[in-house]
Amino acid sequence: MENLKLPGIDYAALSPMLILFGVACVGVLLEAVMPRRLRHPVQLTLALLATVGALIAVIVGHDKRIVTIGGAIAVDGPTLFLQGAILVLGLVSLLLIGERSVERGGAFVSQAALTVGSQKDLRQAEGQPGSTEVYPLTVFALGGMLVFVAANDLLTMFVALEVFSLPLYLLCALARRRRLLSQEAAVKYFLLGSYASAFFLFGIALIYGYAGGVQLGQVHDAVTSPQRSQVLLFGGLALVAMGLLFKAALAPFHVWTPDVYQGAPTPVTALMAACTKVAAFGALLRVLYVAFDGVRWDFQPVLGTIAVLTMLVGAVLAVTQTDMKRLLAYSSIANAGYLLVGVLALNKSGLSSTMFYLVAYGFSVLAAFGIVTLVRDADGEATHLSRWAGLGRRSPLFAGVFTFILLAFAGIPLTSGFTSKFAVFGAAVEGSQTWLVIFGVITSMLIAFPYLRVVVMMWLSEPGETTPTVSVPGVMTSAALAIGVLATLALGVVPGPLLTLTTDAAQFVR
Amino acid sequence: MEQTVEYAHASGALSGIWLLVAIPLASAAILLLLGKRADKWGHWLGVLAVAASFVLGLVFFFSLRGLEDGARSAQQSLFDFIAVGGLHVDFGLLFDPLSGVFVLLITGVGSLIHLYAVGYMEHDEGRRKFFGYFNLFVAAMLLLVLGNNYVMLYFGWEGVGLASYLLISFWYTRPSAATAGKKAFLMNRVGDAGLAIGIFLMFATLGSTNYDEVFNGVGTLSAGTVLIMGILLLLGAAGKSGQFPLQAWLPDAMEGPTPVSALIHAATMVTAGVYLIARSNPIFSANATLQTIVVSVGAITLLIGCVIGAAKDDIKRVLAWSTVSQIGYMFLGVGLGGGAYALAIIHLLAHGFFKANMFLGAGSVMHGMHDQVDIRRFGALRKFMPYTWITFMMGWLAIIGIPPLSGYFSKEPIIAAAFERGDWTSWLYGGAALVGAGLTAFYMTRLFVLTFHGPKRWTEDIHEPHESPFIMTVPLMLLALGSIGAGWLLSTSVPDWLEPVIVGEATEHEPVIAHWLISVLGLVFTVIGAGVAFMLFRRGTAHQEQPAGVLVTAARRNLYTDAFNEAVFEKPGIYLTRALVYLDSKGIDGAVNGIAASVGGSSGRLRRLQTGFVRSYALSMLTGAVVVVGAFLAIQLGWLA
Repeated sequence: MENLKLPGIDYAALSPMLILFGVACVGVLLEAVMPRRLRHPVQLTLALLATVGALIAVIVGHDKRIVTIGGAIAVDGPTLFLQGAILVLGLVSLLLIGERSVERGGAFVSQAALTVGSQKDLRQAEGQPGSTEVYPLTVFALGGMLVFVAANDLLTMFVALEVFSLPLYLLCALARRRRLLSQEAAVKYFLLGSYASAFFLFGIALIYGYAGGVQLGQVHDAVTSPQRSQVLLFGGLALVAMGLLFKAALAPFHVWTPDVYQGAPTPVTALMAACTKVAAFGALLRVLYVAFDGVRWDFQPVLGTIAVLTMLVGAVLAVTQTDMKRLLAYSSIANAGYLLVGVLALNKSGLSSTMFYLVAYGFSVLAAFGIVTLVRDADGEATHLSRWAGLGRRSPLFAGVFTFILLAFAGIPLTSGFTSKFAVFGAAVEGSQTWLVIFGVITSMLIAFPYLRVVVMMWLSEPGETTPTVSVPGVMTSAALAIGVLATLALGVVPGPLLTLTTDAAQFVR
Repeated sequence: MEQTVEYAHASGALSGIWLLVAIPLASAAILLLLGKRADKWGHWLGVLAVAASFVLGLVFFFSLRGLEDGARSAQQSLFDFIAVGGLHVDFGLLFDPLSGVFVLLITGVGSLIHLYAVGYMEHDEGRRKFFGYFNLFVAAMLLLVLGNNYVMLYFGWEGVGLASYLLISFWYTRPSAATAGKKAFLMNRVGDAGLAIGIFLMFATLGSTNYDEVFNGVGTLSAGTVLIMGILLLLGAAGKSGQFPLQAWLPDAMEGPTPVSALIHAATMVTAGVYLIARSNPIFSANATLQTIVVSVGAITLLIGCVIGAAKDDIKRVLAWSTVSQIGYMFLGVGLGGGAYALAIIHLLAHGFFKANMFLGAGSVMHGMHDQVDIRRFGALRKFMPYTWITFMMGWLAIIGIPPLSGYFSKEPIIAAAFERGDWTSWLYGGAALVGAGLTAFYMTRLFVLTFHGPKRWTEDIHEPHESPFIMTVPLMLLALGSIGAGWLLSTSVPDWLEPVIVGEATEHEPVIAHWLISVLGLVFTVIGAGVAFMLFRRGTAHQEQPAGVLVTAARRNLYTDAFNEAVFEKPGIYLTRALVYLDSKGIDGAVNGIAASVGGSSGRLRRLQTGFVRSYALSMLTGAVVVVGAFLAIQLGWLA
């Protein structure tokens, strides 16, 4: 029998992920032993500290370029940048998740097992403190995302996918209000997510059959000097890509997005829109750039078609939405299309501009959902579009902030939406994908309509009797909003520093 | 075109020429920004600012005279005005013999009219604002003549246009004044657009808009380019100076207060076109066709102005048409080229005096007659307004060209020059100028006799017209002195003085008839015109408009030029606008709305696919997966591509 050799492990390179997983485990234990009233502050503090700690670990190790644990994890420029992005956006999401002053007890149900509509349920809806499991769950999800963007072999990637997906499924079910919708969303997300995971796994099997290994480097070598049937390669590539396209919400694998974004508690929606997007595109970038670079001419047209389809579906369907969260969901689908345009540039500036876009969009979308949590009436958030009519008269400050964010989504200059779109489109032209840019510009015009319609409604309509008030945000929501808006502005006016950072980071190790 | 144009740098006293513009500009800013707080003393500040510019202008003028021959110019660059790509424009000023005489005219006559306006506008609530605009005008006009490149000229050009618009519509609550302002503005746009395109053309072909570089480069241009450039500049000049075919706004501009009519629409701004052509003489001298066009414009305009002026009954409109006509003489002069440039400038300066004199006189009459402007309702004012009468008489004698008053020295040489073209066109242009002189004598005599002599034909509410206060009559007297003496003084000094500015030699021809005969003929025409008018109108005239023959009716209707403008430009313009609006609302909006509707419709249909059933979602994902896998395999196996 052979001696089992342990692979070398660079703990320093893994430290951000280890910190998050460690703290998440401690959080679960504390949930069992901590007195109820202490749980919220302690868990929140712990989660924030874990995120900040992991971020510090990322920053300390910013010049690491290494493949470790037997080739399972690659820590390189894109990994570190994307991990940093996930942690910063996760930190802001945690601020939204931890907010308890806007709604008594927070946005989450106190006991997820209560029967909907029962007496106990009605009582919890009145304002019993929300469950605190959300914090360890969020930290688990963030940890999984960090692994996802660092995974250097397809199996590790799959495990990471599950590690960050499962907590998200759970989080989706934990809304305090409209619990049936929330639970339905969670079940849909779980079923479809598992379904997509199955495709992903099957794709890994085909790739293994083709390359004789699942490490991205091995796949790369096999692709450049093919020895087996190309059917295995392309079948595998298609299915692996599909699994990732699902997470990134690209058409036609986007179908879950509107329902889940609408049903999930809004802070969780914000987390998904910002961080999951980063993780999914991080993994997609790595797989396409590292493993399948040799067959770029074959997948470019197929994925290009998907990008066009996504942009069209997102933009066209956004036009008739009547619910703010669904509108933002379709907006996020369209933005996934723009991101894929950047990915398909398949050059260094494609990589750097996509990473820039992910950060810029993440901040804007966090601010947008942050505003959504504030516009409420007695039944909770008022998400129907008609309820937002005349909001500009009632609360000019928040309507102004939301207008600014919508203008950023529409890609108006002096916002990050303009610079980031400019960057990905520029990269795509450089990568000879002008046709994608043409569709990108056309759909940008289409999707400007629903954004501007909201702006017009907020400012030019008279407030009706049903126009809700905007709650005074607590410190944490205010901070989240301020960060989101300032980042959107700063990245629109002085995008230079972040662009330099992404350019410096845009080099994978294999 | 062997001579090169070079300007020396400003030094010594001349380095302060920017103050000429800065002082009235600062005063305008103070008057307009301080608002009511400046009401009590604002008009005096306005007068003082222009007077200060006049004194400075005199100092600079004599400094310039003190320089050596051939080095009489001072150029100064204040800052980078525009620097974009290859286009580089300095905020540069140039004080040379030509701008020097204009500065003295603008600030000198300007000071007198400012002083007069203190009295004239005494009872007007907006007097401070009026002086603010007035100073703004002076600043812009000085910038126009002091710029050392065409962009600066254009800057001032638009500035005076703005001031003119504001002042014509000064009594903006009167619909007629508001309309007149708008008319002036719109017609000037036509000319200004020409000037702007001309400047673009200079930059495109010569790479610069500086006077020296443009003038030195004209020789390298093709004849066609020079012709187009010149026509564009001429269009600008015609717009600002009320020349054919853009003359219609100037008479309407008399809706403004009388000092405005005197300063802007008689003495200074409307002569900007003459300045432009005189300044651009290297361009105009370079192309004979161009000169013929300018001469024709001048000749046509001077006849139109005389004919219409003879049929009008509004004292200010007669004077306005007279202005149109006199500027026609100036255009005739600058078009003839060579030495006639100087003659045109002399006539311009002399005209500045006697026309300002008569406008202010008309204002004085109106002041005493309850703002009546109809000359049929004046008469016998000689006894009641002696100062106005005597000063107006000087202006009248000057304009009709009775020696030794100034008009004789300024107009007669232009008529003589028109006879010196050396071919049959001499008869054409010379004849027009002669007939114009006769007509001028006719209508000015009519105006003078009907206003000051003959029986009283006043409206019932007037019993004893009063003479204006000294603050108004003193400027009148000073201007009358100018009307008397300016012509002789100018005609003996200006040609030599302007000689360095005028590039190129005139092609001298023998006049087709002897010079002395032209002088005699001019006097004969004048005397006949004046005599006929005197005989016809010494016993007064009817109070109302009388039926008249074809020519008089046509003249009363401005020779149908307004009707022509309406039929040829306004109506088609309105129809074009309507057609475009129709096209926009049906065609473009239709297309846009159609696209929007189709997007909305497809959105509505696609939305139905989002059923909410997880099974249908799974099915669509499966379909997607099959299609994606199929597409990959298809590409690989060569089914596609």
